[in-house]
Amino acid sequence: MNPPFSVVFLTTFIGMAQGCFLALFGEQLREQFSTAPASGNLLSYGAMVVLLLLIAGLAASFFHLGHPERAWRAATMWRTSWLSREVIALPIFMCVVLIYATLSFFPVFNPDVSFNLLAAKSSLIIGVAGGVSLLLILICLGMVYLSIKILQQWRTHLPIVNFVLVSCVTGFVLAVGFYILLALVPTLRHVVDLDGVPIHWSLIVGLAGVFSLFLLFVCTGMIYACLKFLQQWHTPFTLANFILLGCSSGFMLATTLGAWLAPQTTHFFMTSTLILTIVAGIVRSASLLRNKGLVPKSTLQSAIGVKNPKIVQKSSGAMAPTFNRHQFNHGKTRLFIRSIKWIFLALVFVLPIVLLIVQLLTQVDLTLMLVTLLIQYLGLIAERWYFFADANHPQNIYYQVIC
Amino acid sequence: MSKKQLALAIDLNVCVGCSACVTSCKQWNTSGSAGAMADQNPYDADPSGTFFNRVQTFEVGSFPNTEVVHFPKSCMHCENPPCVPVCPTGASYKRAEDGIVLVDYDKCIGCNYCSWACPWGARELDEFKKVMTKCTLCVDRIYDESLDERDRKPACVLSCPTGARIFGDIKDPASDIAQAIDSRNGYQLMPEWETNPANHYLPRDNKNFDQHANADKSKDEEQK
Ligand code: SF4
Ligand code: SF4
Repeated sequence: MNPPFSVVFLTTFIGMAQGCFLALFGEQLREQFSTAPASGNLLSYGAMVVLLLLIAGLAASFFHLGHPERAWRAATMWRTSWLSREVIALPIFMCVVLIYATLSFFPVFNPDVSFNLLAAKSSLIIGVAGGVSLLLILICLGMVYLSIKILQQWRTHLPIVNFVLVSCVTGFVLAVGFYILLALVPTLRHVVDLDGVPIHWSLIVGLAGVFSLFLLFVCTGMIYACLKFLQQWHTPFTLANFILLGCSSGFMLATTLGAWLAPQTTHFFMTSTLILTIVAGIVRSASLLRNKGLVPKSTLQSAIGVKNPKIVQKSSGAMAPTFNRHQFNHGKTRLFIRSIKWIFLALVFVLPIVLLIVQLLTQVDLTLMLVTLLIQYLGLIAERWYFFADANHPQNIYYQVIC
Repeated sequence: MSKKQLALAIDLNVCVGCSACVTSCKQWNTSGSAGAMADQNPYDADPSGTFFNRVQTFEVGSFPNTEVVHFPKSCMHCENPPCVPVCPTGASYKRAEDGIVLVDYDKCIGCNYCSWACPWGARELDEFKKVMTKCTLCVDRIYDESLDERDRKPACVLSCPTGARIFGDIKDPASDIAQAIDSRNGYQLMPEWETNPANHYLPRDNKNFDQHANADKSKDEEQK
């Protein structure tokens, strides 16, 4: 494939943003549930940086479209298209990050409420609302069946009663099970029973953020992994790489931010970054090895349906095929591709790992962290470029010679 | 799977590579309500443009037993089209009534994703309109009742001087196309991807042509 730079920037930017948010949330959890000192502005500034990266990624993606003004339409086919799902998951994540950033920026919106106080006020309202909507849902569900005229067995009010009763029973059974579990596992009780522990609203929003960022990772990875003709992409490695590389670069960003705003956090960030980068390096290398051994499923023989082993293309048809050549061919030499591979392996993994270890052994240095971050990002651009260039599309069989 | 599936069958025995189908396709489709199929630098050194159909040329075999194969290729109107579910906007769709795969130019955002999902490179983004384009099987003429019955066929089929292109419903056993495919071993391209292409190709009858294929066959038989 010919690497589209808009997509290279989109995926590297949002991957880094997702990883960074995960790191920030990890730090918040650490502060919440251990005696780690508070990190001051780190969470709020960090969330802003994450948001900016997401906006930059979104902006880059528009350059990929022939008709950016119709981009909203891309949210319509989420039932079948991973691209459409990504188009939905990205703004969801952005909204959550925006709320998170607002909460952490303005303490007024983020009162240090005790959970029991919060529970007293809101759980009653939420509980009542939940109960009402639950009944509504059950009635609607029952009516779905009841309203079908031709199915006479369903044309009574019993389905509604049935649905309500059966749901209540299963719900109560679930609740009883939950209580038994809590009674048996004391640590779980400690986590769930938040009485008296001061909880920031942002923790709950952060949890939603983590959920939506993983959703986004899956969507982005699956856009590529679901295309079975692109054998280099059609593997779980694609998904793993997107997640691990996003996390590695995101944690790297968080470490840099930490070194700047809250030096006491850097040890936690740096160790996690180191581990993530090593794991990402191993998985990426494994995927390179896998792709090296791939045998193309399609051949000239299967492409034109002639079994003779000696077939040579003489022309690929009317004029110089523009789209088919530009979209699916990078037009670079093998040497170039191979160099890019070694360059990204060095820049994304080897160098940052060395630099991180050096800093862990001596001391954290903001400038050095910035350099590490930059080196790894440059490497990531090369990595994503290679990811596209590496994918060999079967249509290329038909476009080997121009004339 | 649709009950009716319109398609083309291309007879490799008689295609002489004259590209009449290519030009007539371009002529018909550039003149319709969907707007022109613009070319870039048509008269300069580096001409390019969008085509729904291209005739490619291959040389098969080793000298002196070589043969030239002219090979027209357009959208296969797959019965299980991988290009359709990936489209995020719903611009790409397969018609239930006749199995034609189409792009709604008013909905397409030009993201190229469907072209990545087509193994044949049958989709081309129009550089000028910035939307995805492909063979429509001349959907705007095959049902046009103001035309003579015999003219209600894709432009390429009507223009082919050797009659290498057969058009019809492959699901109707009585149709010319279904009978040709059946009696002359019509085959699909790249069956390994399981998209079930509707377009078929009729192989050459020449015995020397596929020497190795025949060798393969006898090997298969031996194994059995
Ligand atoms: S040939 Fe390509 S564009 Fe046409 S239906 Fe099949 S996959 Fe889609
Ligand atoms: S280029 Fe157009 S038709 Fe193709 S996937 Fe994108 S929106 Fe759909």
